[in-house]
Amino acid sequence: MNKQDALFEYLLRIADNALILGHRISEWCGHGPTLETDIGMTNIALDYIGHARNLYQYAVEIEGKNRTEDDLAYSRDTTAFKNLLLVEQPNEDFAYTIVRQFIFDSFNYHFFDALQSSSDERLVGIAKKSIKEIAYHYRWSAEWIIRLGDGTTESHKKIQEALDEMWMYSGECFNADAIDNQLLEAGIGVDLAAVKSKFDTRVSDILKQATLTLPTEEWMQEGGKQGNHTEHFGFILTELQWMQRAYPDMEW
Amino acid sequence: MDDVKKLEAFQAKIDAEIKIEPKDWMPDGYRKTLIRQISQHAHSEIVGMLPEGNWITRAPSLKRKMGLLAKVQDEAGHGLYLYSAAETLGTSRDEMFDQLHTGKAKYSSIFNYPTVSWADIGAIGWLVDGAAIMNQVMLTRASYGPYARAMVRICKEESFHQRQGYEIMMVLAKGTPEQKQMAQDSLNRFWWPSLMMFGPSDAESKHSAQSMAWKIKRKSNDELRQAFVDASIAQIEYLGLELPDPELKWNEERGHYDFGAIDWNEFWKVVKGGGVCNKSRIKARKKAWAEGEWVREAAMAHAEKRAERAAKN
Repeated sequence: MNKQDALFEYLLRIADNALILGHRISEWCGHGPTLETDIGMTNIALDYIGHARNLYQYAVEIEGKNRTEDDLAYSRDTTAFKNLLLVEQPNEDFAYTIVRQFIFDSFNYHFFDALQSSSDERLVGIAKKSIKEIAYHYRWSAEWIIRLGDGTTESHKKIQEALDEMWMYSGECFNADAIDNQLLEAGIGVDLAAVKSKFDTRVSDILKQATLTLPTEEWMQEGGKQGNHTEHFGFILTELQWMQRAYPDMEW
Repeated sequence: MDDVKKLEAFQAKIDAEIKIEPKDWMPDGYRKTLIRQISQHAHSEIVGMLPEGNWITRAPSLKRKMGLLAKVQDEAGHGLYLYSAAETLGTSRDEMFDQLHTGKAKYSSIFNYPTVSWADIGAIGWLVDGAAIMNQVMLTRASYGPYARAMVRICKEESFHQRQGYEIMMVLAKGTPEQKQMAQDSLNRFWWPSLMMFGPSDAESKHSAQSMAWKIKRKSNDELRQAFVDASIAQIEYLGLELPDPELKWNEERGHYDFGAIDWNEFWKVVKGGGVCNKSRIKARKKAWAEGEWVREAAMAHAEKRAERAAKN
């Protein structure tokens, strides 16, 4: 793949993670366990949609086909989305939401931290802008893992169950494919192996404080980065893209 | 001081425009009226998140999605300031939530109307927030300090919401015929309920007179409603939409618009629980609260554990 196409794909992956996770968290708005948590989660959703926009805006420039950020969000079909399977998983309940968030943030923070050293100036700018917010998410979800893990018997059980069930989606974060390797060699992309070692340390430290057990999942699920999604994904697009599909080519 | 003297001193302060603060003496009726009104207002913010939140995942562009998310988040923030203001009067958030969930406390009836199209997000921002601002600007001068101060902040954000809502309507009204129809349909549905937001006519409003004397309220329901109609007409004309009121006309003598009769039967029906969304709104709030119970308990239990550990070290 030429460098431009590879960079476009790479940007889509990062942006799609942000859009889809932002979409999932935004589903909580108005339904949180406390007013403060509701506000906090809405904030995080806003951060992600903002990150997605910055990245899509860069991606369409790289692509050079006169598409817009909204074209990327609203006009692509399932297989053209390149987010991790993790972020498309449903909210289920607060425990699942927090676990999904904790796994993602533990990856995303170190990923964006490393992205700040990219040779691509525009990516560095986006990473520097986003990292402050991501650092907040990283603290927020870890604090909830500790609170719920080391809270009541009930909360400990719920969070451990959610962790056991979601863990199979953690592996894909670090699965480097040809595009990752190409961009790493070009000095643009992030070394996922290095991110993984930071992730492992972080997760084991937080789980220890939370009195939780690291799952020993044998089978990891993957494919989102290449456009192979879970059954949940189509329903996300059904909602997300409905207006643009029902009323194409209009200004809103 | 005996109660009569205290009451005189209290009213003198109000008349002199001196704010009443949480630790000041106040008559029970004043306290109760404020708790009722502030908590009702807080509940309106929280319940009001639901009809708008309904469109977050379907907003038609990323920019609109962020605008809507930020707006609904602001409403949650307003709820937070208002619950805190009510708490200064000796109630608790749990108690207020309980009153909301059991139907003992009311919230603005407008939120019992459904949001069925994207244009409703525009109409709510423009008309519903617009009507709320009429009321709230007056409340920035309310005699109770914490309430008045919360209102100053809320008003700033609400004005922004109103502009954002109007801008959504403007894009629709200048858009394709389908979009314009969407805007018209939404105006038709939200116009009359927006006028009802100011409450019953002064003659029938059971709390109005006392609230005016206490300077919790400074303008009558009818005055505020008239100001809202007067301000809205030019905005509707600019959009090129039709007002769903054939009786509307400028009254030169009064210097105001005359408008058609409000269907108060509908108003009372919705207030008393007969609106299309009354049951689902409360159900959604109760569900969120019940499903969050284990989370709140865990957070408390964890905080206690931490405090115990800190005490030992």
